[in-house]
Amino acid sequence: MTEKEILSLTAVGLGKKIKSKEVTVLEAVKAVLGQIRSMEPDLNSFVTVDEAFALSQAEAVQKKIDAGELTGPLAGVPVAIKDNICIKDMRTTCSSNILSDFVPTYTAQAVENLIEAGAIIIGKTNMDEFAMGSTTETSAFGPTKNPWNLEYVPGGSSGGSCTAVASGECFYALGSDTGGSIRQPASYCGVTGLKPTYGTISRYGLIAYGSSLDQIGPVAKDVTDCAAILEVLASHDKKDSTSVDRKDNHFMEALTEDVKGLRVGIPADYLGEGLNEEVKEAVLKAAKILEEKGAVVETFDLGRVKYAIPAYYVIASAEASSNLSRFDGVKYGYRAKEYEGLHGMYKKSRSEGFGAEVKRRIMLGSFVLSSGYYDAYYIKALKTKALIKKSFDEAFAKYDVILGPTAPTTAPKLNESLSDSLKMYLGDIYTISVNLAGLPGLSIPFGTDHKGLPIGLQLIGDCFQEKSILRAGYALEGEHGYTMPELALKAINGREEK
Amino acid sequence: MSKQYETVIGLEVHVELATKTKIFCSCSTEFGGAPNTHTCPVCTGMPGSLPVLNKQVVEYALAVGLAANCEINQYCKFDRKNYFYPDNPQNYQISQLYLPICHDGYVEIDTPSGKKKIGIHEIHMEEDAGKLIHDEWEDCSLVDFNRSGVPLIEIVSEPDMRSGEEVIAYLEKLRLIIQYLGASDCKLQEGSMRADVNLSIREAGAKEFGTRTEMKNLNSFKAIARAIEGEKKRQIELIEEGKLITQETRRWDDNKESSYAMRSKEDAKDYRYFPDPDLPPVLISDEWISSIKERQPELRTEKMARYQEDFSLSEYDADIITASKHIADIFEAVTEICNKPKEAANWLMVEGMRLLKEHEMEPENMCFSPENLAKLIQLVDNGTINRTVGKEVFERIFADNVNPEQYVEEKGLKVVNDEGQLREAIQGIIDANPQSVEDYHNGKEKAMGFLVGQTMRAMKGKADPASVNRIVKELLG
Amino acid sequence: MAHIIDDDMIEYVGILAKLELSEKEREDAKKDMGRMLDYIDTLNELDTDSVEPMSHVFPVHNVFREDVVENGDDRDNILKNAPEKKDGAFKVPKTVE
Repeated sequence: MTEKEILSLTAVGLGKKIKSKEVTVLEAVKAVLGQIRSMEPDLNSFVTVDEAFALSQAEAVQKKIDAGELTGPLAGVPVAIKDNICIKDMRTTCSSNILSDFVPTYTAQAVENLIEAGAIIIGKTNMDEFAMGSTTETSAFGPTKNPWNLEYVPGGSSGGSCTAVASGECFYALGSDTGGSIRQPASYCGVTGLKPTYGTISRYGLIAYGSSLDQIGPVAKDVTDCAAILEVLASHDKKDSTSVDRKDNHFMEALTEDVKGLRVGIPADYLGEGLNEEVKEAVLKAAKILEEKGAVVETFDLGRVKYAIPAYYVIASAEASSNLSRFDGVKYGYRAKEYEGLHGMYKKSRSEGFGAEVKRRIMLGSFVLSSGYYDAYYIKALKTKALIKKSFDEAFAKYDVILGPTAPTTAPKLNESLSDSLKMYLGDIYTISVNLAGLPGLSIPFGTDHKGLPIGLQLIGDCFQEKSILRAGYALEGEHGYTMPELALKAINGREEK
Repeated sequence: MSKQYETVIGLEVHVELATKTKIFCSCSTEFGGAPNTHTCPVCTGMPGSLPVLNKQVVEYALAVGLAANCEINQYCKFDRKNYFYPDNPQNYQISQLYLPICHDGYVEIDTPSGKKKIGIHEIHMEEDAGKLIHDEWEDCSLVDFNRSGVPLIEIVSEPDMRSGEEVIAYLEKLRLIIQYLGASDCKLQEGSMRADVNLSIREAGAKEFGTRTEMKNLNSFKAIARAIEGEKKRQIELIEEGKLITQETRRWDDNKESSYAMRSKEDAKDYRYFPDPDLPPVLISDEWISSIKERQPELRTEKMARYQEDFSLSEYDADIITASKHIADIFEAVTEICNKPKEAANWLMVEGMRLLKEHEMEPENMCFSPENLAKLIQLVDNGTINRTVGKEVFERIFADNVNPEQYVEEKGLKVVNDEGQLREAIQGIIDANPQSVEDYHNGKEKAMGFLVGQTMRAMKGKADPASVNRIVKELLG
Repeated sequence: MAHIIDDDMIEYVGILAKLELSEKEREDAKKDMGRMLDYIDTLNELDTDSVEPMSHVFPVHNVFREDVVENGDDRDNILKNAPEKKDGAFKVPKTVE
């Protein structure tokens, strides 16, 4: 197969070709490494690319496939890992100066599961520093650019993972989602991203931002890939006390276009003020398609939507202020060169090591937990979270799936968001409540706007009902689905001409 | 002092639990070991690591709470206590603030004016910190996380104590309960039991509490007693001078017998507690509580009753033997081997206690093997050695855990029972002491004692006293 | 209600968070935090009097480990990333209580 043909495959598609010996693992690895070399000067999707490691894995995995020891659908398929997920002996930075030299001594359980399934790890992807941001502009290693238009952001915080998948720098990637960090960049980059139910994928080895909200998830080219990857990632991990023992992890079974009788609700509150007209049209078009296929679609009032963001920022910042206190220059990471005494070392190391957005959230989080404010802010936010969960519980008594936009708009331009953080936060209005309620959410590409930027649809399911949203997504993606950005195609063609 | 003052004392007691592993990871809790050799990503706060609760910690905490008459929070949670310090790897300590596992209990202590209940406000579970070692050479500190994550319970009393004596009685009572439960060895010197003293002063009869201070770094009962005296004096002096007492934490320096305030601008004391999102709540069912109660080991009062019943010990003896779980354990092991409970009790109570006092040792540090005491008892019982020699052998067992059979053999300490040898020796003594013989015949019974004593000395204590008595009497006619 | 975050408050939060802000960062932080808190105050529109605060979203409980030693000596790994170390320990500035 040509490099172009290989890179146009989905993860599961490539897995099949490897199994049938039409493509070797090495060919697949070389194809993505070639694409990375071409694209990285423009995109900056990766913080670390480990070619030597990728090539050595390719050889080992190919042997196991040939020996019949690896038979899963993802065996031999190259993957990129967000840089907040630990891999032994591979630098893991969270895109922060404070961890710029950190080399973990153990591997996250989610990555262990991938390795066991024969994944080939290519490298670590860029992100907003400590996953705090919605544009991948807060990375200490420079912003990642949107492969559809380099003047636009890829979204965030898993921006590197999403651009890498969109532009063929890998076949799928891991992201993490605390308030929309997989779904929103997936939407901006025209790929499929899934945040599973809280507790489905082990957080052991995921460097925590907001522990009660964080969840690892797949970024891929289509729904089938997401289902296949989720089957590998989902496991009950005794090292993560919040990991859930799910009996049924056969997500591929959900992949039928049969949505007859599926009850779909569209929150009227998601279609109101602030929603871009083109995005709204896409949602309504999707509703129509589902209806045509036999689903029962109606709009309803979800309620309390506008309270999700303030509640989220209290909870996530509070947890972050505590989670990030371990970065102090004692055990690992950056230590200031000059300082006076212990507290001087703490303050200088942290102030020099963390970027502005991270400091902003640590300050806010420390404030809302401080003496005299805890009840007014933190407890109030936890009560709001309970009410938001209740709103969803009521909705899922009536519907199997909630359909809506992933983000109010398509990708904004670079350098436009960080100056007004509050406005940036509002971009996560449809995704954040899903984390607060611990629910699964899927973003699928659904056409482009007049600027040629991808539009994403979000499907939200009740807890542990990934199958419902995977099925609805599968039924919808035939209409638009994944296409490779022009820029990525050009890079491939350029190499083939040589 | 013109006015009468009352001292009000409450205690925060930290106890290291006797689990094999740490509270949130499967590293060993073993004491000692080179720095950082009992550590892993969890107890060193590596990014991405997560805690998983050791079930045994909950069971020990429950057992202590139930033995201290506490109510149990059947829904309890862990909270993070946030503060920066190098021995605290995550810069937060996982503890319990909002829903501690036990609350509202008491223990009863004996005071000169009778029994008194000391209230227990709460007991909560938490993790211990690492250790800071000061490096004089480079004027820096070194952090060892071997103790980081060792499980602790903190027992917070009500401010119910009024004197150093009551504090010591309370601590001894707690220690005994916990040792009997097997939940901790409670060694103050090694830090497996630590007490912080909250103390305030008020005029006798006053209703309101005075401003209290918290005293840390108290490593022995004696240090606690001295610190209480010192702090009481310091506060009364301040009051007498019309000065205010500052609510603060003070560190006791037992060498200087004085304390100083631990204060820093960088130390805001605002711990920003919030529920730990990494640890789901603990639900404690009625069944779980009853099973802990059922599995509860024999406590002291039950042991005392059993010793009186099964071993016919007096109440007094049983009381002394059970005053330390460790001594009771030795007693039972010795009795098990030689089946001479009264002898075992006697050796431990008389010679054992004397030697402990002489060496200023805690009963926990009595560390000879029960087999050797059992052998000693048999040697005395079957007349191989006499009781006087036995005492000497006991000292050797106490100090170096010697094997008494071997020791007696090597040192030639066996009783001399050779009738001829004894007669010969006694005749010699009689011949050499005509005055005593005459005194005896004049009715002075004491003279007989003198002759026996002289014989024993000549025989270097190895003669059987009964035989010596008999022969002396016979030879004197 | 508009929140005014003053210098003392920023100083205090900086002590808690162990962050030292530059003059500009301070001014930004004061504005940012004030605005965020105003925004967060919209939560007060919600009546939450009879609502239990929800810290864990699912009723998972009693997740335990058995008391069995599984970890051995891993000191070299643990110290691998230390900025400064000495004698098998992490080296920090002199710290006395």
